[in-house]
Amino acid sequence: MATTTLTTTEDRTEVGHAARIDHVSKSFGGPEGQQLVLDDITLDVAPGEFVTLLGASGCGKSTLLNLVAGLDRPTAGSIETPGGRPALMFQEHALFPWLTAGKNIELALRLRGMPRSERRAEAERLLELVRLGGAYGKRVHELSGGMRQRVAMARALAQDSQLLLMDEPFAALDAITRDVLHDELTRIWRETDLSVLFVTHNVREAVRLAQRVVLLSSRPGRIAREWTVGIEQPRRIEDTAVAELSVEITEQLRGEIRRHGQH
Amino acid sequence: MASTETAAKDTAQDLAGLEAGLDALDAVRVSRTPVREVLVRKVLPPVVAVVLVLVVWQILIWAQVTDDYKLPSPSQVWDEVTDAWAQGTLLGYIWTSVSRGLLGFLLALAIGTPLGLLVSRVKLIRAAIGPVLSGLQSLPSVAWVPPAVIWLGLDDRMMYAVILLGAVPSIANGLVAGVDQIPPLHLRAGKTLGATGLRGTWHIVLPAALPGYLAGLKQGWAFSWRSLMAAEIIASSPDLGVGLGQLLEQGRETSSMSMVFLAIILILAVGIAIDLLIFSPLERWVLRGRGLLVKN
Repeated sequence: MATTTLTTTEDRTEVGHAARIDHVSKSFGGPEGQQLVLDDITLDVAPGEFVTLLGASGCGKSTLLNLVAGLDRPTAGSIETPGGRPALMFQEHALFPWLTAGKNIELALRLRGMPRSERRAEAERLLELVRLGGAYGKRVHELSGGMRQRVAMARALAQDSQLLLMDEPFAALDAITRDVLHDELTRIWRETDLSVLFVTHNVREAVRLAQRVVLLSSRPGRIAREWTVGIEQPRRIEDTAVAELSVEITEQLRGEIRRHGQH
Repeated sequence: MASTETAAKDTAQDLAGLEAGLDALDAVRVSRTPVREVLVRKVLPPVVAVVLVLVVWQILIWAQVTDDYKLPSPSQVWDEVTDAWAQGTLLGYIWTSVSRGLLGFLLALAIGTPLGLLVSRVKLIRAAIGPVLSGLQSLPSVAWVPPAVIWLGLDDRMMYAVILLGAVPSIANGLVAGVDQIPPLHLRAGKTLGATGLRGTWHIVLPAALPGYLAGLKQGWAFSWRSLMAAEIIASSPDLGVGLGQLLEQGRETSSMSMVFLAIILILAVGIAIDLLIFSPLERWVLRGRGLLVKN
């Protein structure tokens, strides 16, 4: 009785994952032949789960995110995102400078197929969600770095995807602003049923945010170890529990990096 | 339980307050330059420069550096202006050329835009005609006048052909340059939002390329105008009417240096006026909207 069933919208909730990365490898062709960047990565993100991918430079974490986002194809293995095309946030805000903050969000709504009459109200609601109620008519260059990332977050949420991919979205911000955005992200994640796959090289950030931290080794990127973070939210980045786990993970990360200096 | 709830509420308010404070501190202030400052900094210098040129010109006349028929005095040229105005022909000359130039430019816009989009987006087309298109920019459009006259005869069609050959490559190349300069991040962001294919072109590529495209339009207008003047100077026929180029040629034929000067000044003035009234404000508006107009 092995029949193939098609995944329909109703089945969505019954699928046990928001993303399934199944034995994925990726190599890039170069003049000296193929270079393996990701080696046999297998990782599931459960619905509503917050996972951070942690690794030093060259571990291919951004490459992996691009693969999940569908911007590139894996060399081997498969990636499933049952909730449709994932939303993606970059290190730079990537807002379109020819549109206002509100219109940036409305463009995402429009491309998702929302009728014109509903867009304005939905854009205002999303701006309220990131606490930028008055920023609808503001141009991108009139906003501060933290405000731009919050508009970018609102635009990503506008896609109404079940999976949010974040590629070091707070790396370029100052410490206080980053701290505030961590709180915001945790709040929004808890208010929605969003699954998040968050890439960073900052150990404390990874522990501060995630339910699960996945450490990647470098060149090629492999899953080195995983930690489940049991600390109760809301956490603070200076909490002792966060610091302790960070020390442990940092030790392991240093070990991974040291291996590369030995040959 | 109640105490934890209030605590959570407090943290939320705390966060909102902190955030509002950060936003207020970090927000970029955008102010506009007051009108007086614009007058002093932008309007006064060119006016002074023009006055200086007139003064030097008049001094050369007084010093009698050359014969009267080679260099007319400013007042002689001014008389030429008032004469043409009194006869009612001055606006006619200008309108003949300007209407032709603008119509030709609009045609070039309608052809150059899709052409530029094709060249920038389709690799094969780019490889095939990209180099020719940029090469055409360095070909003086006056070179097209003889073949255009032979193929199309001495009428308006020939004028438009010359304008198109001058302006279409500029407009297309401007758009290609604009598309090439789009930050890859914007294209990736567009893709993740679902803007692919024609929707990507309309929502992302075209607006992102607008600054380069406008620069191309500006240059396209300059090329239209120059091509038209070249064509008007070379080709004269009763069917073509008298535009600024023909005016200049008439001045040469009748050895009226003041008429030649009048024509040159009018050609220059129209070129500057169109740029100042249409293209510069358009460009500034687009750049300011994107925060690309930096004040120092």
